[in-house]
Amino acid sequence: MERQDENKEGIRGMANPGRYGIERVAYWLMRITGIGLLVYFIAHIFETSSILNGREAWDKMLELTQTTEGHIILALVIGMSVFHTVNGIRLMLGHGGIGVGKPGRPDYPYKPQSQNMKNKLCIYASIGLAALAMMYGLGVMFGE
Amino acid sequence: MRESIVMKIHYGAALGSVALVAVHILMRLTQDFQESLTYDSVLANYSFLPYALLLWLILVLISIHGFNGLRVILLELKQGRAYEKTVTYGCIAAMTLVILYGSRTIVMTSMGMI
Repeated sequence: MERQDENKEGIRGMANPGRYGIERVAYWLMRITGIGLLVYFIAHIFETSSILNGREAWDKMLELTQTTEGHIILALVIGMSVFHTVNGIRLMLGHGGIGVGKPGRPDYPYKPQSQNMKNKLCIYASIGLAALAMMYGLGVMFGE
Repeated sequence: MRESIVMKIHYGAALGSVALVAVHILMRLTQDFQESLTYDSVLANYSFLPYALLLWLILVLISIHGFNGLRVILLELKQGRAYEKTVTYGCIAAMTLVILYGSRTIVMTSMGMI
């Protein structure tokens, strides 16, 4: 019983991003960016609703958001949305059976067909595109 | 509703919102970024009915996708009949609230009720 408890890592084992390579990192990034974007979306709806209180309230809200910190947060949002979109399209295709390879007999060293180079490249590409989009966004917001 | 149908709606909402948000962002870039955020400019955007409709569609699609995504994440972490029901109904309630709150802004502004 004790030994079983020792071996059971629970949610920590599942969450460990260092264990299963870039696919597990993408798994976590997908969830973190998703929650981040949902929080931004709700905040954005609240922010834009200030227009109902007239010009003064709108300008006050702009003063709060159009700052250096606000622009950095917006750049992060741009990066998160690009990663979430590109990686999401990869996942949608994967769920449809596209790009996951043909099923094969599980022989040593038990490499899953679905975790192939195409998928890894897509993950790296989505991280790269997110970084590029962030730089472009920062360029627009801070003036080129 | 079957989970496979829920996921189809999830993916459909994602693809729809990507297309519509792209238009929303491009509209910001048709003029100077700071200028596009001024009170008059934003008010003019809301008064243009097709654009107001676009904003409303974005609101609905992202709410569906976002809150269903949150539900999926929460159900991955823990399972159980009562927990799953609470998470599902909680997410539906939160989604409805966000849609209603956002719709209020769009409808009142586009109809000139401010």
